Amino acid sequence: MAKEEVEIRRLKTAQDIVRFMSDYYHELDDATKSGKRKIAWCTSVGPAEILRGMGFLIYFPETHSAMLGSTRMATELIPKANAIGYSPEICSYLTADIGAYLQGVTPLSKAFPGIERIPGCDVLVFNTNQCRDVQDWFAWYSRRFGVPSVGIETHRNIGKVTPMHVSSIAEQMESIVEPLERIAGRKLDMEELKNAVALSRQCSDLWEQCLATAAAVPSPLTFFDGTTLMGPAVVGRGTQKAVDVYKLLLEELNERVTQKVGVINNERYRIYWDGMPVWGRLGMHSKLFAGLNASVIASTYCSSWIFSALDPAAPFESMARAYSELFIVRSDEYKENYIKEKLRFFQCDGIVYHDAKTCPNNSNCRYGLPLRLQAHTNIPSLIINGDLNDLRFLSDEQTKTNIEAFIEQLEESKN
Amino acid sequence: MNHCYVGVDIGASRTKVAVLDLKKNLVGYNVRRSGIDFSKTAEECLQASLKMAGRTKADTAGVVSTGYGRKNVLFAQETKSEIACHGKGSYFYFPLAITIIDIGGQDNKIIKLDEAGRRTGFKMNRKCAAGTGGFLEEMAFRLEVPLDEMSSLASRSTNMVKLGSFCTVFSATEVLENIRSGKRLEDIVKGVFFSMIQRVLEMDSLTENVVMTGGVVENNPYIVTMTEELIGRKILVSKHPQLAGAIGAALYAIDLFPLKSEEL
Ligand code: SF4
Repeated sequence: MAKEEVEIRRLKTAQDIVRFMSDYYHELDDATKSGKRKIAWCTSVGPAEILRGMGFLIYFPETHSAMLGSTRMATELIPKANAIGYSPEICSYLTADIGAYLQGVTPLSKAFPGIERIPGCDVLVFNTNQCRDVQDWFAWYSRRFGVPSVGIETHRNIGKVTPMHVSSIAEQMESIVEPLERIAGRKLDMEELKNAVALSRQCSDLWEQCLATAAAVPSPLTFFDGTTLMGPAVVGRGTQKAVDVYKLLLEELNERVTQKVGVINNERYRIYWDGMPVWGRLGMHSKLFAGLNASVIASTYCSSWIFSALDPAAPFESMARAYSELFIVRSDEYKENYIKEKLRFFQCDGIVYHDAKTCPNNSNCRYGLPLRLQAHTNIPSLIINGDLNDLRFLSDEQTKTNIEAFIEQLEESKN
Repeated sequence: MNHCYVGVDIGASRTKVAVLDLKKNLVGYNVRRSGIDFSKTAEECLQASLKMAGRTKADTAGVVSTGYGRKNVLFAQETKSEIACHGKGSYFYFPLAITIIDIGGQDNKIIKLDEAGRRTGFKMNRKCAAGTGGFLEEMAFRLEVPLDEMSSLASRSTNMVKLGSFCTVFSATEVLENIRSGKRLEDIVKGVFFSMIQRVLEMDSLTENVVMTGGVVENNPYIVTMTEELIGRKILVSKHPQLAGAIGAALYAIDLFPLKSEEL
């Protein structure tokens, strides 16, 4: 069924994003070498704005792990962490990253010439809103480097975000300020914090608008593009540069929409992707779908960096709300409604769930949600088994057969 | 001309070819081990089935391939997924809303079709031998029982031994443990079949009419009896359950490559 070669149109702004990421890592590298700025390691949906308010540069180990995945270095490195007692069944971001550290390698050196090692670390800051693994991951580095690890422990399975949720998280956020100030060697500047919150909000709004352009038919954007385009939304939120690069991206996407230019020529099926990408197979999966005239146009994952509640007028409270409103911390009922609305908004024909072996937190197909959703929407679904980083959990042939058969099914129902 | 249509199903374990005449009668077929050279096996299997059908390659009006090695069939004009082909091949014999349970050498599938034969969903097993023909082969090997005697042995069981594990390796250990503790061979073999069918049934729910296909079903009729006992109703099985995918592929060939009236 799949055609051998299909044209997949790349976005010009992707180059600007690459430059953005290069500048970002070089800035961290310079600071590591010169020792002139303090560096905080932070989880991807951690309280980055507070750190910006104290002048920290911020490094996000998850993006490093994603690079270990996309360069397919991860599968070789994970066993190193397994051998020191970190199970092959826990987060393969964690195991790949620790494995890389133990082996003394990083994909940064190949991607960004001049960088030889990962950034230095003055403090680790986590938020368990996404999972508990981040806490254990940072605890390992904390012991290794002899630096403190501080964080927020979030409520889980939240239905409606109530004032109780917000105030308890806001309190925790305020309580990490003082220990962080000691490491930063300066006070939190409320103006800087408010500015970071305002910029984060702008970045989030722009990113949301970029993703929303995929509602156009044909879609100017795919999930596979999104996984790399979202880099600045993860590492650059709270900065003007991230805002600027997303303005460019939005402009290009809107232009595509106006001119009705899709990522692929013959977009016959519009697919929603739930769960994490298989980083080592981004290219393969993108070609597989494109060859079947299918565009994976929207996802839960890429929308994870939308924080619409952020408000510079009430920085702590709004951060607490924004970081508790995230999809990943919510109840299944909320998740079901959320995906239902996305399927409607993006006019999807089908939904593919990636059941990632080592990340139950981003695998939303384990508690009956797909069948419930299918019963409500009549939109067919498929579950593929795999992993974000550990390719030992993957069968390419099985994935291919499943996806081909799924698109065949959509074809039958269209005819 | 003596036109015919061909379906080739190259599974990881066995290659199956079915030849249909213009009235969709099965006139030739062949099954053999897929081996490592899929193209060669497909060719040999084709020749044998054409011979049985009294046809030559020149008589074939269309060929569709399916299965794990579907891309290796050089003489096929089109490929289709095995999910589609098993669905089509089963619906041909049982034109009802059906759930198809296919137990193959390396994987299992559950496919659901509505009363018009349209697929409403499907599941393939995970990356594991549990519940597949591969599991059965491994257990036969451990028990030193020829594969083709497993089914009749199981049917003589009076006190089934339950195997608890998901995993082929763990199950093998359990089997050895049971042999050591003096359990009867037929009771253990029945337990092996029971474990297989459990692994398959936990993949998805079933609708009213259930069809079983696949090499394991063809060669081990006892697994059908056991599934019937478990689900409490009759199961539909065609004459050649192992050929369901190949027949489905040949039926696709008929749809895709119709003869022009002057060719008839
Ligand atoms: S959310 Fe999943 S992938 Fe991300 S850190 Fe946690 S376990 Fe790992």
